Amino acid sequence: MTTEAVRRGSSAARPGVLPVVRRRLPSNRLIIAGLRGAAGIVAFLLVWQVGVALHLPVLAKIPTPLDVAAAARQLLLEPKYYVDALVSFERVGAGFLIAQLLGIPLGLLMGWKLAFRSLTFPVFEVLRPIPPLAWVPLAIVFWPTPESSITFVIFLGAFFTVVINTLAGVRALDERYVRAAISLGATPATVFRCIILPGALPSIFTGMTVGMGITWSVLVAAEIIAGRNGLGYMTWEAYVGGAFPTIIVGMISIGLAGYASSAVVRIVAARAMPWAKRF
Amino acid sequence: MAVALARGALSLRGVGKVYDPGGLNVAAVEDWTLDIAPGEFVAVVGPSGCGKTTLLNGIAGFDPISAGEIVLDGETIASARRPALPGADRVVVFQNGALFPWKTVLDNVAYGPIVQRLKPRGQAREAALALLERVGLSDVADAYPAALSSGVQRRVEIVRALINDPRVLLLDEPFRALDALSKSVMHEQVLELYDATHKTVFFITHDLDEAIFLADRVVVSTTRPARVKQVLRVDLPRPRSRALIASEAFVDLKRRVAGAVHEEAQRAFALGERELA
Amino acid sequence: MKPARIQSVSLGALGFCGFVAAWWLLVHFEVWRFAKLPDPLSVVREWTSRNPQYGVSLFTPVYYQDIWASTVRVLIAFVLATVLGVPLGILLGWNRTAREFLFPLLELIRPIPPLAWVPLAILMLSGQQSAMIFLTWIAAFFATVLNTMLGVTSIDESYLRAAYSLGARKTDALWTVIVPGALPYVFTGLQIGMGVAWFSLVAGEMIAGETGLGYLILNSYVQLQTATIVIGMVTLGFVGFLSSAIIRWAGRRLMAWQSH
Repeated sequence: MTTEAVRRGSSAARPGVLPVVRRRLPSNRLIIAGLRGAAGIVAFLLVWQVGVALHLPVLAKIPTPLDVAAAARQLLLEPKYYVDALVSFERVGAGFLIAQLLGIPLGLLMGWKLAFRSLTFPVFEVLRPIPPLAWVPLAIVFWPTPESSITFVIFLGAFFTVVINTLAGVRALDERYVRAAISLGATPATVFRCIILPGALPSIFTGMTVGMGITWSVLVAAEIIAGRNGLGYMTWEAYVGGAFPTIIVGMISIGLAGYASSAVVRIVAARAMPWAKRF
Repeated sequence: MAVALARGALSLRGVGKVYDPGGLNVAAVEDWTLDIAPGEFVAVVGPSGCGKTTLLNGIAGFDPISAGEIVLDGETIASARRPALPGADRVVVFQNGALFPWKTVLDNVAYGPIVQRLKPRGQAREAALALLERVGLSDVADAYPAALSSGVQRRVEIVRALINDPRVLLLDEPFRALDALSKSVMHEQVLELYDATHKTVFFITHDLDEAIFLADRVVVSTTRPARVKQVLRVDLPRPRSRALIASEAFVDLKRRVAGAVHEEAQRAFALGERELA
Repeated sequence: MKPARIQSVSLGALGFCGFVAAWWLLVHFEVWRFAKLPDPLSVVREWTSRNPQYGVSLFTPVYYQDIWASTVRVLIAFVLATVLGVPLGILLGWNRTAREFLFPLLELIRPIPPLAWVPLAILMLSGQQSAMIFLTWIAAFFATVLNTMLGVTSIDESYLRAAYSLGARKTDALWTVIVPGALPYVFTGLQIGMGVAWFSLVAGEMIAGETGLGYLILNSYVQLQTATIVIGMVTLGFVGFLSSAIIRWAGRRLMAWQSH
């Protein structure tokens, strides 16, 4: 087999044009991967269904996938489900947003000014290991309404993450960018706005993505402990009320909601940072 | 005529490499033919991204070749049907250094014999230490690579390769990241090792001075797809001394090599090839 | 100590004292709703008293029993998560077939917050202890698997090629290159896992526990013992910090080759 039959890219006919090496992904590879992934999930569902039917140790008391599907079909017809979902989204949104509004400036300042960081970091590091949920009782005592205490706890969940990531993002910035700006005559304000802020943006968005995941986790427990509605509370209610398949519907809903929220953050991030490398 | 014990005769016959056959074909290497005698030091130069590393990967066994064959000491080790397997008979020294960061220098050098189960651990480490002593690196034997300068790291990597008594030593621009001073020291080290062991060496580089100074023959590669453009014999006496660099013969060789490379570089530039680091 | 270091340490101390002072002032002067919170002095007094008003202090056995109960749960869950998660992560990173079969399933289950498993965990595993350990385990497990997998796929290909070029076989490469090479990422994953383990444990204890620091906090709340709430929180923070520090220390020792 010779390579005579192999042609170079069409750019050979047009000097000066970048040869575009378009790698067409072999389609069989993707199909195989997709089928295998699907097979894994199907196998999981089968084991689950059969395991419950056979009363295997851990699985004996839980509903089957078919039960869950039936419960889901029913639940999706009830308006209460959507109200619960909306309530949960609102709580997550509020807590998350406040965390960003307070956390990003704080993180930027801590990263930028050493004196400020030395002042605040110890207090911050002492408070950070306390799990957000440990704050629930104190929050309930302190805040006027259960709603505000839930939002506070959710805020805490995202807050520490976004500060830490923002702080790290600023500190990781190559000193040379700042120096280049200053040597070109930039004022501190300009340096902050044009170098530090965009430079820290990738880390800020990482903090947002991770923080978003944490907020949903916190929300579930916060609703169980202190709430009267929402997806987390709905899941708990189902348990207390013996409607077991609904538990799993609730879990899946929360998972989907969390995933969707993270996806939104990722999309916003991609648009805010057109210069960033695609992964 | 050929002594039966001569090892390291490497023959590349019509070697070709195409990426994505059946898709938008990009030929990296085309019809490369070269015969390397046992113990010969061959340097390959050419524009960036022209396919030299692809060729080396084919010889080393990291990537299969699409056409032709690679023959080592009479045995076909690679063809379009049978990809070569990587092995200690064709050890590679990498461009950016691949000393295992989690092992000491000594354990790095002893790695080959240990992992090939040629020697038990203790003996392998003794042999490694002995070799390090011979090249004057025994004082860094217990250091981790991160603590060493790039030049020392490269030397260790070459020793790690040589301890396995390979038939062919494959070097992929090993000194590219070094400054000129370190490089000149490395050249002397390499020549010392070469004179002592007389391995077959396949050496890729950008540095034309380096290629001529070290090699028996310099092969100029065309721009992508890589073909043998020109082969120049370096008739300078061994052991090579730095004084040779100013000699007429050296300057003449440099002129000829540079001319050929420059032609290809211009062609590559005109076709819009960017520097692929 | 260098002057810069002295400055940052003293600033830190100043910040900390400022925080405590502000806390005390806000409670003492009943600013807004801060009157409802315990003031720092009463917390410290309670914590260090031999005869605490609410029965929990450095001198009461129940304090240490709660710490122990929580620690044991986290320890068991964490060890299980590591023992199961690291090998699985390595498998998923190393073997494409395994990854294609299992990764989609993993990614489907992962978004479900660990705490959403609470009711299901209680159903699946009879006994509160196992349910709580399960919750803690699942959080740490995903963090460990993901970070380990990331570690394996991030290894520079040159190291693997060098190993093969030196005569290693696939299993050799696994043990001599992949495992040590992925170790830094594995330890990051372990630290994150430890963090989320405490996070989940507290929730589990609050919802379904009868002992432990999470339970202590919730119970103190129910009994309106606000000072004890803070004692519990601070203890939690401290123990959590300590466990992460231990992992970091272990990592530094195991990965002595890293130049810092």
